[in-house]
Amino acid sequence: METYSLLREFADSWMLLALFLFFVGMVIFVMRPGSTKTYSDVANIPFRHDDKPAAAGDTPARARDAKEA
Amino acid sequence: MLNYIKLIVLGLITLFALIAANYARDLAYLVNALVVAAAAGGVFLWTLRQTGEPVVKRDLSGEYMDGVVRAGVIATAGWGVVGFLVGVIIAFQLAFPVLNFEWAQGFLNFGRLRPLHTSAVIFAFGGNALIATSFYVVQRTSAARLWGGNLAWFVFWGYQLVIVLAATGYLLGATQSKEYAEPEWYVDWWLTIVWLAYLAVFLGTLVKRKEPHIYVANWFYLSFIITVAMLHVVNNLSIPVSVFGSKSVQVFSGVQDAMVQWWYGHNAVGFFLTAGFLGMMYYFVPKQAERPVFSYKLSIIHFWALIFIYIWAGPHHLHYTALPDWASTLGMVFSIVLWMPSWGGMINGLMTLSGAWDKLRTDPIIRMMVISVGFYGMSTFEGPMMSIRAVNSLSHYTDWTIGHVHSGALGWNGMITFGALYFLVPKLWNRERLYSLSLVSWHFWLATIGIILYAAAMWVTGIMEGLMWREVDANGFLVNSFADTVAAKFPMYVVRGLGGVMFLTGAIIMCYNLWMTVKRAPAVEATHSAVPAE
Repeated sequence: METYSLLREFADSWMLLALFLFFVGMVIFVMRPGSTKTYSDVANIPFRHDDKPAAAGDTPARARDAKEA
Repeated sequence: MLNYIKLIVLGLITLFALIAANYARDLAYLVNALVVAAAAGGVFLWTLRQTGEPVVKRDLSGEYMDGVVRAGVIATAGWGVVGFLVGVIIAFQLAFPVLNFEWAQGFLNFGRLRPLHTSAVIFAFGGNALIATSFYVVQRTSAARLWGGNLAWFVFWGYQLVIVLAATGYLLGATQSKEYAEPEWYVDWWLTIVWLAYLAVFLGTLVKRKEPHIYVANWFYLSFIITVAMLHVVNNLSIPVSVFGSKSVQVFSGVQDAMVQWWYGHNAVGFFLTAGFLGMMYYFVPKQAERPVFSYKLSIIHFWALIFIYIWAGPHHLHYTALPDWASTLGMVFSIVLWMPSWGGMINGLMTLSGAWDKLRTDPIIRMMVISVGFYGMSTFEGPMMSIRAVNSLSHYTDWTIGHVHSGALGWNGMITFGALYFLVPKLWNRERLYSLSLVSWHFWLATIGIILYAAAMWVTGIMEGLMWREVDANGFLVNSFADTVAAKFPMYVVRGLGGVMFLTGAIIMCYNLWMTVKRAPAVEATHSAVPAE
């Protein structure tokens, strides 16, 4: 089989399926239990380090929350 | 030691550029070679003056690299005014052909200025805005200084060199005749180098981030950088006719070339003007509204849906051509499916203001951002509609397309960039506030009314033109000649030009306001940033 036909056949069968499953998997992953809490934390990233980078000793936000909890 | 290597390389580049200028086969190549020689020579002298000087090592990891963002903000505002000005000039050249002056034929006529306008606004204004804001956003959301030290400065100055080479090339006739990809082979090669450096700086910063999660704005910026690299390389595959000339020959030909061109062209819209600017939206709208994005889940779905679908939409530029029907149908279907992620993103941006709608009355900057998201929604509704084959048979090749592009570019890209600039300048120059909020309001209304005049004029003239072209009499003969449609469009062309003048005036007011902010607005009082011990 010539390369074009081979790639064409692969593209509209297995590759299409793989991309579609990836997409559906992504949507399911986003809706996973407990994601609301995670995402409401990360949605606040823009409000954290306005003036200067996190210092070397700073614990990342998620670890800090876990410690406080 | 590193400086000596730099000096050798820069010296060689200068030498070879001068040799190239000597052997140049056309005027554009000659001028571009001289520009390269001047740029490399200038950097050579600058490096020479630094060499052998004692180097003071300072630990900069405790502060953000904002110098390059400041430079990017200045470049964005400056190139913006230039690009809008050229746009106004060519709008009036269309209305009054006498403005294609006889003495400037071959340099300043519409055909030469039009690519200058499109590239200046998309790549000089939009590109600088994207580079500057991405550098700002990736540092803040990663809590890390830019990776690569002065590589970010190389990206900035290298990109300005691309713009200058492209602009002078257009005026002198160097073009590979691909819309939005006009620069010739050597500019393409240089842009590839600069772009890979940009990718390295961005990725490097993400790798050394202190936040465990990569904020969604960075996903959009990263997809924009990677996709543009891929599109740029594939669409610009060409063989130079001579090393000493600007002319090159495309590797693809015929309908393949057209398809690659519009795969590139539509994704320049999709990833440069949409994904990159959505990165801006996901950072600056929440910051200005002082509340997190409406739904972070939606923003992730928005991201994946947008990049999965946009890449297929290109063939809708080639309805009724030699392109096979299945391909143009595929492009049309994906364009229509695109409506969903686009509007999902628009809703996410707008709803970020829920509970803070009162800010619309008091804060002209948030007003600017909201109207920009509104224009995004409007043009992403209009676009899919125009991609439907039946609608396209009326709208294609008419001014409706130009109206659509401008409601997207002026409304969405322009307004969100203005909002970001108004947000950034006080922060970057450490000012308490902007010089004048009422000038921001003036800018807002001038720009908004300007866009409405522009878009409305182009709708009317585009649909009129499309109907006139297809009008046949009882015997099946065409009723109108092409010149009839040109004559009928005159009033709308004048209105469009006036809309452009208003938009340009707004941008000049913005530049004045930003300048006075840096000059006059009170500085933020130094706070003793004592961090409480945890």
